[in-house]
Amino acid sequence: MGIDLALLWAIIILFGVLMYVIMDGFDLGIGILFPFVPAKEDRDIMMNTVAPVWDGNETWLVLGGAGLLAAFPLAYSVILSAFMLPLIFMLLGLIFRGVAFEFRFKAEEHKRHWWDKAFILGSVTATFFQGVTLGAYMHGVQVIGRSYTGGPFDWVAPFPLFTGLGLLVAYALLGCTWLIFKTQDALHDRMLQLARPLTLTLMGVIGIISIWTPLTHSNIAERWFTLPNIFWFAPVPVLVLLTAFYLLRLLRQEPHAGPFLLTLALVFLGYSGLGISIWPYIIPPDISIWDASAPPQSQGFALVGALLIVPMILMYTAWSYYVFRGKVVSGEGYH
Amino acid sequence: MNLDALMLARIQFGFTISFHILFPAITIGLASYLAVLEGCWLKTGKPVYRQLYHFWIKVFAVNFGMGVVSGLVMAYQFGTNWSYFSDFAGSITGPLLAYEVLTAFFLEAGFLGVMLFGWNRVGPGLHFFSTVMVALGTLMSATWILASNSWMQTPAGYEIINNQVVPVDWLAVIFNPSFPYRLVHMVIAAFLATALMVGASAGWHLLKRNDTPAIRKMLSMAMWMLLFVAPIQAMVGDFHGRNTLIHQPAKIAAIEGHWENTPGEAVPLTLFGWPDMQEEKTHFALDIPHLGSLILTHSWDGQFPGLKEFAKEDRPNSTIVFWSFRIMVGLGVLMIGLAFWAAWARWKGSLYRSPLLWRFALCMGPSGLIALLAGWYTTEIGRQPWVVYGVMRTADAVSPHGALEVGLTLILFVVVYFMVFGAGTVYMLRLIRKGPTAQELLPPGGPGEARTPSRPLSAAGRPQKPLVPDGRPAPINTDKDE
Ligand code: HDD
Ligand code: HEM
Ligand code: HEM
Repeated sequence: MGIDLALLWAIIILFGVLMYVIMDGFDLGIGILFPFVPAKEDRDIMMNTVAPVWDGNETWLVLGGAGLLAAFPLAYSVILSAFMLPLIFMLLGLIFRGVAFEFRFKAEEHKRHWWDKAFILGSVTATFFQGVTLGAYMHGVQVIGRSYTGGPFDWVAPFPLFTGLGLLVAYALLGCTWLIFKTQDALHDRMLQLARPLTLTLMGVIGIISIWTPLTHSNIAERWFTLPNIFWFAPVPVLVLLTAFYLLRLLRQEPHAGPFLLTLALVFLGYSGLGISIWPYIIPPDISIWDASAPPQSQGFALVGALLIVPMILMYTAWSYYVFRGKVVSGEGYH
Repeated sequence: MNLDALMLARIQFGFTISFHILFPAITIGLASYLAVLEGCWLKTGKPVYRQLYHFWIKVFAVNFGMGVVSGLVMAYQFGTNWSYFSDFAGSITGPLLAYEVLTAFFLEAGFLGVMLFGWNRVGPGLHFFSTVMVALGTLMSATWILASNSWMQTPAGYEIINNQVVPVDWLAVIFNPSFPYRLVHMVIAAFLATALMVGASAGWHLLKRNDTPAIRKMLSMAMWMLLFVAPIQAMVGDFHGRNTLIHQPAKIAAIEGHWENTPGEAVPLTLFGWPDMQEEKTHFALDIPHLGSLILTHSWDGQFPGLKEFAKEDRPNSTIVFWSFRIMVGLGVLMIGLAFWAAWARWKGSLYRSPLLWRFALCMGPSGLIALLAGWYTTEIGRQPWVVYGVMRTADAVSPHGALEVGLTLILFVVVYFMVFGAGTVYMLRLIRKGPTAQELLPPGGPGEARTPSRPLSAAGRPQKPLVPDGRPAPINTDKDE
């Protein structure tokens, strides 16, 4: 046939997950930042910068799941049953976060604080367990035959817990720079204040993960430090440092969209670093995308839809962002 | 196989999907209703349509949020709880789910923002277009997921190679034998459930002497809907049942509590009774002779297989499906009754003067959702012990978890669902209790503001907005109907 369906699907799923991380990243980041912004008016604005788009953002996660099931059913079944607990905790977090958008405005005045708390707790829980799952996934999944053979609590280990915390910082920075972009006056200034320590912390996190990963994962260390991989990999840390430096500088000026775009670049770099560490194993350490593939009839059928429809989705999603462009201010006819 | 973990996983799946299905049902119905309302408003310019649009969209928004978060859970449950099923049949259910995401969920989500918050940001045409896209998305969603579910009921178009399902004919997979019936039956069920909810809201307000043109319009539209679709639903159900007889005869035998045939004799219809799986008979049966044959074979004394013709381990639980089916059909008959009563009252000109009718409509409010759940219980429990009918058993589908983690997550789901969706239901009922007020005649305001009357409009000292600033046709007193 000549077309490597598994490869195309891996790219689509990687793209979907990246979209999810970026887009729901700033939604979740807003929830993580809520505790730093106590005033109700400000919180209203923060929520309303994402209220019209959060559902679409979350849908990328569903695409990741469905794409995985369609193209790599083995990976879907092994990974999801291995990480059942952290994933379900994440889903429960997303439930609280998702309903808070509507419920917060429907609750009686004196009960609203409960949904603020649900929003914070939901966002933090969902983010933390996404990070945990990611860390545990990097660590590898124990498989015999076609099923997971590890224990239900294997993810409770220092490295995954640390990646959980790390993701909180990354999403907080995404949310923070998004708000710099979408708000003005006091809220905007507050976010400018927060952005600097968040950027520095994130650099710390990235540094620690970059050292910790090869130390404890000999297979990953091997891929990083052998030729020719090292040439692929070397630009990543350099670009990360450059981006962070530029971001910190920009924060001293009167920035708007800039910091957000740079944070996107940072996230993209971190993400590609992880990708390079694992590729082409979809169930690390040793089941590759080709081993886990669905029959070509399935991958091909779904691929037609994905290639035709994803561009359309990107178009109307962009349109929806365009409709809600500009700074969000209190009391604007918008919700 | 650890039976406890299996049982818990089944309960967990049944619990989460039962909650989920309620929200999409209302989403499907309300989205189409909103599209109709907005269309009527654009066409006639009567304020009552716009008022109703802005009223029901609030309920829709709350319901939609709950549908999305409960649906997200479903997309992951297949892997967390049914990993062997996913590995075995993911090559079919996966692409169908992927198409659902691509053609339905994104469409809904992409246009939802504009539908909910974009009234003042885009022109009326584009706004209407967004509403229609959301409504279309809900229908596409139902189509794909029901193709998937129906394939599990009546698998077609596949081969099994190396212990994995391989699709060979996608058209046969999608248009599998039970799909058309199930799709039509489900979509109508969603419309019915919504119409009954709208009708009950109107009934409640009329009983409270809150008699406004908007309330009357609600009652009128809901009753028209019922009149058209409730009888059709019964017909479709009949076709659906006879189709099931061909493909899943054990399910029908269980539904009818029918154990065995006497040679040459017609099958009666057991109206009520208590099928007993151990003793293999139906206690306290109240039979109507010949009716069973008549309904299922459309002949005076045709026969159809009884449960005893199936091996014991292949029989679905007749006690449950016998009753869940009767609840569904019983409610369906009551819906037809309500529809005819309302039609008669309308013809006599007393639709808005019949408290008894309003009370009946009010009581029937939840019946659509109850019938829908009862129907799904019949369908899914009637499929047991198979997860893919005749191909894979439920017991072989479950993930290799222990009872501990499945039990723990089940408890979490129960607690969280009752808390969150309980609160959401209270909010929806509260919105409905408020009813369409003069406020919906105003343009919708800022975030959580004018649109959500729980906050006083003047809270932030904003200037009062003019009545119709959005350049829409603004006929103030052309509202002639009723
Ligand atoms: C408002 C909801 C509602 C109402 C009033 C009815 N149904 Fe129904 N029924 C459903 C909602 C539903 C459903 C929830 O949508 C189901 C579950 C799965 C499906 O295909 O549709 C269903 C399933 C279902 C099945 C099972 C098919 C199978 O599993 O293979 C049969 C035989 C019927 N229905 C028949 C009827 C009849 C004869 C009705 C006469 C009034 C009726 N239904 C009213
Ligand atoms: C449309 C997509 C659906 C799919 C793909 C699907 C799939 C499944 C699967 C995989 C199981 C597991 C087997 C088992 O637990 O016995 C199941 C069981 C079940 N489903 Fe569905 N289902 C769907 C819709 C629904 C809906 C809408 C309901 C609504 C009430 C429902 C109610 C149940 C129940 C109660 C069980 C448990 C039955 C039992 O264990 O005896 N399902 N379904
Ligand atoms: C087990 C089967 C099911 C799975 C895995 C599933 C999955 C999902 C997911 C992931 C969402 C969220 C989409 C988003 O983020 O926008 C969703 C929503 C939705 N689902 Fe399901 N679903 C199932 C059963 C059903 C059934 C039986 C129907 C209807 C016939 C249905 C109709 C819908 C609709 C209309 C929505 C739109 C959002 C809303 O509910 O308000 N789903 N579903």
